[in-house]
This record gives sequence, C-alpha cells and structure tokens, in this order.
Amino acid sequence: MFLFFALRCDYLGRMIRPEQLLAPTADGLFCPLGGFHIDPVRPVERALITHGHGDHARSGHDRVLATAETLRIMAARYGEDFANGGTPAKLGEAMRIGDVTVSFHPAGHVLGSAQIAVEAEGCRIVVSGDYKRRRDPTCLPFEPVACDVFITEATFGLPVFRHPDDGVEIHKLLTSLKDFPERTHLVGAYALGKAQRIICRLREEGYREPIYIHGALEKLCRLYEEEGIDLGELLPATLDAGSKTDFAGAIVVCPPSAFSDRWARRFPDPLPCFASGWMAIRQRAKQRGVELPLIVSDHCDWQELTETIEEIAPGEVWVTHGREEALVRWCALSGIAARPLHMVGYEDEAE
Amino acid sequence: MPTLFTGQKRLFHSSEALTYTAMEKFAALLDRLILTPSRNGKLRLLEDYFRTTPDPDRGWALAALTGALDVPSVKPAMLRAMATERLDPVLFGYSYDYVGDLAETISLVWAPSPAASEGAAPSLSAVVEALFSASRSEGPKRVAAFLDALEPSSRWALLKLVTGGLRIGVSARLAKQALANFGAQEINAIEEIWHGLSPPYEPLFAWLDGHGERPVSAARAPFRPVMLAQPLEEGDRPAITPEVYAAEWKWDGIRVQAVSDGGVRRLYSRTGEDIGEAFPDVLEGLDIEGAIDGELLVGRSVDGRIEAGSFSELQQRLNRKSVTGKLVVSHPAFIRAYDCLVDGEEDVRALPFRHRRSRLERLVGRSLAGRVDLSPLLPYDHWDALAAQRLAPPAPIIEGVMLKRWDSPYEGGRPKGPWFKWKRDPFVIDAVLMYAQRGHGKRSSFYSDYTFGVWRQGEAGEELVPVGKAYFGFTDAELIEIDRFVRRHTTGRFGPVREVEHRPDLGLVFEVAFEGLNRSTRHRSGVAMRFPRIARLRWDKPPAEADRIEALEALLDAGDGGPAALRRARGAPV
Repeated sequence: MFLFFALRCDYLGRMIRPEQLLAPTADGLFCPLGGFHIDPVRPVERALITHGHGDHARSGHDRVLATAETLRIMAARYGEDFANGGTPAKLGEAMRIGDVTVSFHPAGHVLGSAQIAVEAEGCRIVVSGDYKRRRDPTCLPFEPVACDVFITEATFGLPVFRHPDDGVEIHKLLTSLKDFPERTHLVGAYALGKAQRIICRLREEGYREPIYIHGALEKLCRLYEEEGIDLGELLPATLDAGSKTDFAGAIVVCPPSAFSDRWARRFPDPLPCFASGWMAIRQRAKQRGVELPLIVSDHCDWQELTETIEEIAPGEVWVTHGREEALVRWCALSGIAARPLHMVGYEDEAE
Repeated sequence: MPTLFTGQKRLFHSSEALTYTAMEKFAALLDRLILTPSRNGKLRLLEDYFRTTPDPDRGWALAALTGALDVPSVKPAMLRAMATERLDPVLFGYSYDYVGDLAETISLVWAPSPAASEGAAPSLSAVVEALFSASRSEGPKRVAAFLDALEPSSRWALLKLVTGGLRIGVSARLAKQALANFGAQEINAIEEIWHGLSPPYEPLFAWLDGHGERPVSAARAPFRPVMLAQPLEEGDRPAITPEVYAAEWKWDGIRVQAVSDGGVRRLYSRTGEDIGEAFPDVLEGLDIEGAIDGELLVGRSVDGRIEAGSFSELQQRLNRKSVTGKLVVSHPAFIRAYDCLVDGEEDVRALPFRHRRSRLERLVGRSLAGRVDLSPLLPYDHWDALAAQRLAPPAPIIEGVMLKRWDSPYEGGRPKGPWFKWKRDPFVIDAVLMYAQRGHGKRSSFYSDYTFGVWRQGEAGEELVPVGKAYFGFTDAELIEIDRFVRRHTTGRFGPVREVEHRPDLGLVFEVAFEGLNRSTRHRSGVAMRFPRIARLRWDKPPAEADRIEALEALLDAGDGGPAALRRARGAPV
C-alpha cells in the first residue's frame, strides 16, 4: 500500500511531490498552486478553515472558505466582519481553486468541523484539522478519506491516553450530583463544542433540570440550538437568577478558566469538575484543583489515532501538533513514513 | 470573623462504592483522596472506607496507607522492565516523562495479554498473599497476571499497593485519626497499641467495630501517648506561683519518647512513629530501664560531653531514614529528659510531677553513656523574675519556658491547666510581596500563597530577593484585600503563579513573623525561615522601607537566639 501511493505520487508521470502541494510555513499550511492557506495563524489573503476553535479560525483574513456552520461560529465569536468575504463550503463537494481541487469532509470534532482534502496531479493530501472518532450528538461523524498524505494532530498522541466511554463519565457527574445535592457542580468545558456536547449528553442520559451557563457560553449555545441541536432548558448562571442557594445541587457549565475567576465565588461550596482528555492524568487534575475529573475529549485517543492511520493507510503521515514524537515513533515501528511538521500556534485542548 | 474558608462542611458518601470490586473500591478511595483538598474530607473518605470494607482487605489498605506494607518480591525496576516487554521502550519513555509517576504510567499503557483468562478481579488480600509468597522471579509474573485482570484505575491502585510510597497526601497520622473517628476512640488509644500490631490488623478492627477487646500491646517497649502543653494566656498568669507550678526551659529540638524495656530500645516521635533508625547513637547510649519523655537535641562533643547545638544542626540529621557514621560523629544526638513515664518496670504516670521528677533524676543519674541528661528546673520567686529569665535565655536553642503543675499526673493529649508553654516572641521582619499563587479547595479562586522578599544590593542596584513563603496568618477579610491587590498589580503570569508589582514606591509590605532562620543552599537568598506567617499587612509602608537581607544575615550569625532587635522591637507579640 505504502509503495503504491509513493509511486502514484512521485513516479507515475505525475510530477508533483506532496511538499509542492502543501508546505508548512510560519503562517500555517500553504498551497502555492491554489494560493491559499489552511488554518493560518496570521491574517492572509485566502484562508480555508477546518473548524471554529480560536487557534484554527482567526479573524482578519481577506476571504474565508469554510463550512456554513464554521462561518457562523466565526461571525458569532469575532463579529460579522471577521473577514472581507466568507464562502460556505458544502461537505463532499469538489471545488476548483487555482490549479487544485479542494473538498471538505466531516471531522467529528465540533459542529461544522471538517477535514480539507487538497488534490492536484493525482496527489491528494487530507488536512484533518482536529478530529475524533467517537459518537458526538452535536456534530457529524468523521469520514475517512483515502489519500497519499494524511495530516493529523497528535494532541493525545501517547499510549497513556485511552478515553473511556463518555457515558461512563456523564454518569460519574450524575452520581456525584446525587451524592452531593448541596454542592454546585461547576463543570469546566471549552466554550465551543465540549460545553454543548456535555449538555447534550446529559440530556440524552435523562437529566431534565435546567442547566446554568456562564455568560461566555451563551452565544455559542444559542447558535447550536438554532442549528437544531436540542440543549434543553439553559439559564444564565447569574446571581439575579436567584439567591445563592438556588445553585445548590445544580450543574453550572463554564469555561475552565472561570474556576479561578472571582465569578466562581457566587456558588455555595462549588465542586470543580473538568471535562477534558487531560483529566486521565491524576496530577493534572490535582494541579488544577479539580475534584471530579471527567475524561471527555473532542480529540482521538492513542488507539483511535493509530487505528485511523491504519484505516486510511496513507503513503505518508505528517503530524501537526501535540505529542508528535510519539506518533511519529509509532509510525516508524509500523513501517509508515511519517514526519513532524513542528507547527506553532496550535494549542492543546482547552488547557 | 466569618468562617468562609475553614474546610469543607459537606462531606463525601461512598454509597456507589458498594457495587465495586475490592480493587476498584480501593482505587476509588485513592483517587478521591488525591483530589480532595480538605483534611476533613479525607478523614471522612477513610472512615467510610473502613466502615464499608470487610476484613482483611481494609487491613491491607491501612497497611499501604501507613507505609507498613513492603512486598519484597516486587520492586519498581522490575515493573518497568515488565512494562517495556509489552510496549516499545521509546514510547514507554515518552509516556513516563509525560505522566511522571511509574505506577500511573504502567497502569495506563498496560495492554492486557490476549492470552489472559477472563478471571474474576482479585481482592486486595488475594493480591497481597500471592505476592508475599512469591519469589523475586515469580513476583513480576504474578503482578502481570493481576494487571491483565484489572481495569486501568485498579491497575494503578494495585501497583501503588505493592510498591508502597502512595504519595496521595495522606500521612500515617491522618490514617490513624480516621481509625479513631471510625471507632469513636481517642487517637492516643490507637497510637499506644500501634507498634504491637501488624497487617491486616483484624483484632484492631474488631475492637473499633465494637465487638472485640482492645488489643493488648504484646510488644516490648511500647509507645505511650505524649502529654502536651497549652499555650499560656493572659488569664492564666495569676495561677502561676512557684508553689503550684514548676518551671523549666523549653528546648527547641524534637520531642521524643525513649523506651528501654528488657533489652528492647525504641525512640518514638510524639505521634508514635519509630524514629530509632535515624538515631542509632542515641539508642546505643540509652542505658536506662524505663520510659522517658524528653527533647532530642544534636550537639558537639566538648571534652567528652555533648553541648547542645542549634536547630539547624539538628536538621542535618532529620528526615533521613538511616544515618552515616560520619554524621553520627560530627552531629551527635542526645536526649534532654523532661519526665519519667516508666521507672524500671513500674508505670509511674499516675504519680504527681514532683515524684516523677525525682524518679527521673535517679534514672538519668545512673546513665553512664552520656546520651541522656536532665532538663534543669528553673527556680523563680515570683512572676516577674520568671518573665525576666524568659527574655534572657542562656542558650540559643531555648524557645521559651514550660510550666508544669507539681501535682499533675502524666496524661496523654493536651489537657487544659496542668502544663503551659510560654514561648519566646517570634522574630518579625517587613518584607515585600513578590509572587502570589492560587490556593486550593475553598481558596482556589483566591491568590493566597505569598512569596515575599527583602532588599539587597544586586549587580544592577537595589533588588528584592525572595526569603520565604507563607499562606496563613491573615484574616478572611484581609485575604480578599490582598487578592484584589494581586489581581490589580499583576506584572507576569507563570501557570498558577502571578508576579506582583514590587517596586520601591509600589507594592505590598507584609510584617512576617517566624520562629527561626536556617542557612539554605536551595534558596537564592541563602536563608530559609521556620514557620513563617503573615502577622500584619503594612498598607501604610512603602516597599522601599522594608527590611534588608543584612538584618536576616545578622540573625544567622547570632544563631537561633538572634538579636533581640528583630524580636520584640516591633511591639505586639503575634
């Protein structure tokens, strides 16, 4: 398989090498034949965006191509004028940009998240952005796309990361609510994607009480609801919603950084919970003062990363950010050509 | 004062734990202990565990928690070797670097062998029994088989259990306190018998459950609960007369109980931990028969006698599990005796202090090895004379005066009235807040841990050098004010730490109280404070007027007694 793709790219009369199709630059991945960047970290003329998280979707580009949902998310975060022009990309539809063909495919990371396939002269590269393989009721599932070069993240690219089933984690939270009905369960979750997924999963598991949300989550939760994702009854976690005791036994969802804000002092005896893949490591949880770690991630764990590479069977793997060295090592042991791109500007999940 | 931050009133239940397997339950206990910041919360978790876990599993768990479990057939290096048989060593290395804890790394990366049988998850006692009976070559194989049968979090608990060193923020003392709470007994009653007990402690639990007699300590040289003093308060003074209270110096070493009983000699800390291994010279020289209460001091040999050194010299010998011959010679240790608990075979604790004192004098007088001497009594005519002596102690290692009723029996614990401690005033300096770190638990949204510094002449002019760290001494209201100051004057952020404005004209000055000063190579300033706390906030004082490092260096040069200027010059004691 490896040989076949290597030949297909380099030798069968098609003269383009992958590095000529997409090159890592200080601004992000750049496609010279199409004249565009993918997830650029600085303002550029033409940007293709995989998903709405701040480190991938920045404001100030001239023209942006992204899924309709991602464009909406960017507008909600940065204002309608986040770019001079935004074009919605339809999933699975091939588009011609300059001398290359581009298509968007679901990545399963957050609402609107997409992988971007770039193809020219028979060589296809898939930029997966951030992705996961688990079911998530708030977004479309990841679709594997055959390619010569698969560009992957490695946020949880170490064998120590094996995310448990999210149902187990949601039940940890529900059990704790029963055990400590007097404590406010303060759930730290990244404002885009994780927060809505947690809320949605709580509803699926039968939790019907109102869920209180931090002000920073309001716009995005409303946007998810308008996209047809039912989040149940959400109330602002502000004091005028009631006196201090009203939050006893309630779930309050907030950005992780809000734990240490003065904002958190309004709750009686808060029980800090944190929904993140990092919570698999005990000392991480302890350092952050988390009492109830919820191991829920919007990224692949080690097994899913390696199985995805085996399933797609690309000729070559490029690793953008995270624990690159370990994933590259695994590829070497498995006889798959791989290299780290040493991209800067992309953050680890919600740290 | 509002009680906003005095620990958690809401406690944990563990009803859901009932459906867990034994190892899962132990794992859940360890997990929650790690993540529960409050002492009361931890106690409640332990009590619940002891209440709901059957013998002998709870006994093995207790042994692991108190460090009493040592499985000789399993050592960390073997575990690592075992893990890298199943995972590429390079990937294992990356993982271990990232996680930082061997047991946790192995538990997470462990891939069960496909050949592993789907056996039932083993209980704690099954694990311990299998590994105790294993040889060094069999040990790792049996561990591997257990790991195959367990979930990651149980694997972690198992590895912690067999390697010891749990590092989960629970001391042996805390575990004993939880036992006491669980059995509605005094912790003294447990400490007293602890050294005669061994895992899995079934007689102990039977007694605490209420259907067994209190185990009788069969061991020679048992520990007896130590009697402690209350701090002397203003209102107690009228009672202090030479007829009623004896006075003696309070020595600044470690309080110990030394027992010599039919050839068995033991040295206990005041909480009943056996610390004999670190002081072989003292045990060797314990040529008495009985049990005495005293202060362990370290000194220098002068003409065959030992003279008491400073607390810093004592520290050279603390926190070492065993001790080198060289250190024993350069820093000989001895006991300055306060009291007699057992004279020969006779328990004299019920006798009045006056009689015990003469027993003590006789007992110590017969010792020839020179490792035990008497803490002298301090004659005084009236209060003022005693107060004057307290202000001018004859040795720097003295940290105040002890007052003991002549008629007091020796009772474990801290009874109010028979004994008082009247400590010297602390040292105080004015230091400038430099860094603040967020607290834990109830304080997690407050910057409550402070690093402070004093001025010195640096290469580029006057600069502040950190001299200590403190996280208490202030009121809740003051904490809110300091927190506000930190947030408004942040100049840098490093994870949970904020750097705070500390210029000559802008910054916050703390009056810091502390008990003593040691030289330290670990701190940039070269000094380390003992027991520092924030005594007062000096909003009125510009940072330029805070103290200089020279003031602390003078204190070091003068020994622990220190220049009186740093002690009382600033008025009110803290």
